[in-house]
Amino acid sequence: MNLTLQIWRQKNADAKGAMETYKVENISPDSSFLEMLDILNDQLINEGKEPVAFDHDCREGICGMCSLQINGEPHGPGRAITTCQLHMRKFKDGDTIYIEPFRAKAFPVIKDLVVDRSAFDRIQHAGGYISVNTSGNTQDANAIPVEKEKADKAFDAATCIGCGACVAACKNASAMLFTSAKVSQFALLPQGRIEATERVLNMVKQMDLEGFGNCTNTGACEIECPKGISLENIARMNREYLKASVK
Amino acid sequence: MASLDSKTPQGALADKWTNYKNNIRLVNPANKRKIDVIIVGTGLAGGSAAATLAELGYNVKAFCYQDSPRRAHSIAAQGGINAAKNYQGDGDSVYRLFYDTIKGGDYRSREANVYRLAEVSANIIDQCVAQGVPFARDYGGLLDNRSFGGVLVSRTFYAKGQTGQQLLLGAYSAMNRQIAKGKITMYNRHEMLDVVLVNGKARGIIARNLITGEIERHSAHAVVIASGGYGNVFFLSTNAMGSNATAAWKIHKRGAYFANPCYTQIHPTCIPVHGDQQSKLTLMSESLRNDGRIWVPKKLEDAKAVREGKLKPTDIAEEDRDYYLERRYPSFGNLVPRDVASRAAKERCDAGFGIINNSTNEGVFLDFSSAIERYGKEQAHIQGVHNPSREKILQLGEEVVASKYGNLFDMYQQITDDNPYKTPMKIYPAVHYTMGGIWVDYNLMTTVPGLYAIGEANFSDHGANRLGASALMQGLADGYFVLPYTIGDYLADDIRTGPIPTNTPEFDAAEKHVTDRISQLINNNGKHSVDYFHKKLGHIMWNKVGMARNAQGLSEAIHEIAELREQFWKEVRVPGVPNEFNQELEKAGRVADFLELGELFARDALERNESCGGHFREEYRTEEGEARRDDEHFTYVAAWEYTGKPSEAILHKEDLKFDNVELKTRSYK
Repeated sequence: MNLTLQIWRQKNADAKGAMETYKVENISPDSSFLEMLDILNDQLINEGKEPVAFDHDCREGICGMCSLQINGEPHGPGRAITTCQLHMRKFKDGDTIYIEPFRAKAFPVIKDLVVDRSAFDRIQHAGGYISVNTSGNTQDANAIPVEKEKADKAFDAATCIGCGACVAACKNASAMLFTSAKVSQFALLPQGRIEATERVLNMVKQMDLEGFGNCTNTGACEIECPKGISLENIARMNREYLKASVK
Repeated sequence: MASLDSKTPQGALADKWTNYKNNIRLVNPANKRKIDVIIVGTGLAGGSAAATLAELGYNVKAFCYQDSPRRAHSIAAQGGINAAKNYQGDGDSVYRLFYDTIKGGDYRSREANVYRLAEVSANIIDQCVAQGVPFARDYGGLLDNRSFGGVLVSRTFYAKGQTGQQLLLGAYSAMNRQIAKGKITMYNRHEMLDVVLVNGKARGIIARNLITGEIERHSAHAVVIASGGYGNVFFLSTNAMGSNATAAWKIHKRGAYFANPCYTQIHPTCIPVHGDQQSKLTLMSESLRNDGRIWVPKKLEDAKAVREGKLKPTDIAEEDRDYYLERRYPSFGNLVPRDVASRAAKERCDAGFGIINNSTNEGVFLDFSSAIERYGKEQAHIQGVHNPSREKILQLGEEVVASKYGNLFDMYQQITDDNPYKTPMKIYPAVHYTMGGIWVDYNLMTTVPGLYAIGEANFSDHGANRLGASALMQGLADGYFVLPYTIGDYLADDIRTGPIPTNTPEFDAAEKHVTDRISQLINNNGKHSVDYFHKKLGHIMWNKVGMARNAQGLSEAIHEIAELREQFWKEVRVPGVPNEFNQELEKAGRVADFLELGELFARDALERNESCGGHFREEYRTEEGEARRDDEHFTYVAAWEYTGKPSEAILHKEDLKFDNVELKTRSYK
């Protein structure tokens, strides 16, 4: 396949960025999207130019490191996948592909397509844990039975990879889906109930402080989420928040 | 030469760890506040160690090259974590887990370490559940288990095909609690580029801030390396793109011995290579072998027709299929250990029965049709469907399989464009894990005082082959339950030391060493990209130091790697400048280290004139083609001391003593 790429180039956080045009040729449809970018970078290095910076690591769709807004969509076309799992067979020979960083005030650009998502970590620091020390004396794991349905829902929420696609998809750049996934996971489990009140108040407060927008229930986040995290989690977080606020 | 001292405590095997804990020195809480510990890497081992040491009161500085500790490659572990809980009542025990691990490792690991691992395994599950890790549960609300290769019990706990993710997020949450309290200072997007020794003790590191390119000095009273394995020396592996050996290799060059580099795990079930544009390989979890059956066509002409696309696997009759694992190993069948399964696949493909249409024809089928039918019939019975149609059975069966392995099937379909519910998966072995690593004693301390190595970065528990679902167990055992005790015994001497200054000649020298090397890479202005060399190294490693090795190939590899390394330093081109976000510079430093490690790896493989576990020497096999160990001459750990060049490394030996198990030829027949 031969393709034209329109890619956002930005030297560093303070520089002004712009789209630039590149061409790549003879790309196998079985290659992944990031392998296509590897080929472009090899080409640029051989031409004595600066390669395009982009985040990636596991290339198995689980670490959450890769991002990219491809043709206006976080992680590109295709549902329930990350960019690293996107394959070139989803495109046609001769296509022009637009590649940009995730756009949000709370995710400043570091370089080219790389953004700073440490705001997500800070939301987790505010309450994304259960306060239990490591001792070797915690009670036996089977002493806390958990209803299968709740355990499965907690698992579904816990599969969030923290990639930020929800924020990039949202017109308000809201982090409600991300935050609610962790709030939900713990709210559904007996171990997590003890600190549920504090947790939801603190995490929501930090989310607001980071400059993420509010939720207007458009559901774009759920559609673009590579792990299919459900909007139900936002509803659950809202209920937890309301309960905590009137306590 | 005297055997290296493992510092294994005296006493009966089952009492060693308890006695040890009762007799070590402790540091009182007020003094812990005066002690700093650096941890490099935030996967299961590093993350759990950071959280636990901070809970105890130490000041922890944790480093990772990713943008968040949550991204460490432990996250990609799929299948599960072993623990001797015996919840299934199927005869499991601490001793059996210990025995299976020793046997699975082909009698090349240290008894006392493995027993301790089995002993603390149950605590890990308790700890993780308390943290809110959502393990799979049954309808009674209790934890579910499944079975993995090389064992006859179900002791594997899991969270669908995302167990590593859930365990890592558990450790990450424990870290977050300590970060919020200020007990852990987190350095994201930082890479350790050297360790600093003061009076022979590890007292700090030199790290590069990957965003600004700034070179930073960080001091501490002890340094813990938890940076994972070196599988990326093969270029193509299931490791993350950034997984690297730099931290481990730098400490090796400063005096930490490197043990058994040739012990590499080639995982039997990965998605085969599609072409030369490929950047990495994807694992399909071992858990799939609970329900998948591995086969190739019985007839050469069928294999050829499959490769040419003229024959579909589903059109090959049952009697024309060779379920070679079930044929060769009837008692363990498809659940033989990884090394055995990988070699068996290679044997069939070398004989011409491979089913993939690429240059090497290397691929076999992993087929779920029997399982889908079996589960479908079972479900029809449960749901009271009488005389179900074939379609109904398949539909019900596919639903069961989807609930167990759904995410893996989806991932397979994304990558290959094939539907594994309807047609068998195509798989082939790929580099996955490295059992070798930094040599550590029973305390997990390296040969440098105050310098520790935990998780995949050390060599300690898996011998020559790791059993499935044991990597997660070892990482968390080291970090949650072992290191926090052993490091205290060492730090008890440091309660009056006070903060370690960084404005000393030792830090000056280490920093200069790092900046000189970076300048050399940037100013080299050669003609080839870093990947060019990395791919070449990978080719040499896979072809001559891969699944089957021989003396001639290994000797050639040693020369070729040395030559490639020389060429690298002459001809590599690293664009950009040092003091900026520069991913090519990051890669260049890592590949430079792989180019040294690869040579030591091949030397170690050449030195070990036997076949054991993942190390298979073609000269040493039985008439049936199985690995032939030489216990008389090779029951030792090979620990290499760096002296300036990989070719001049000095071999030290730690003799392995087996007081509690009898050394046997490993049989899964």
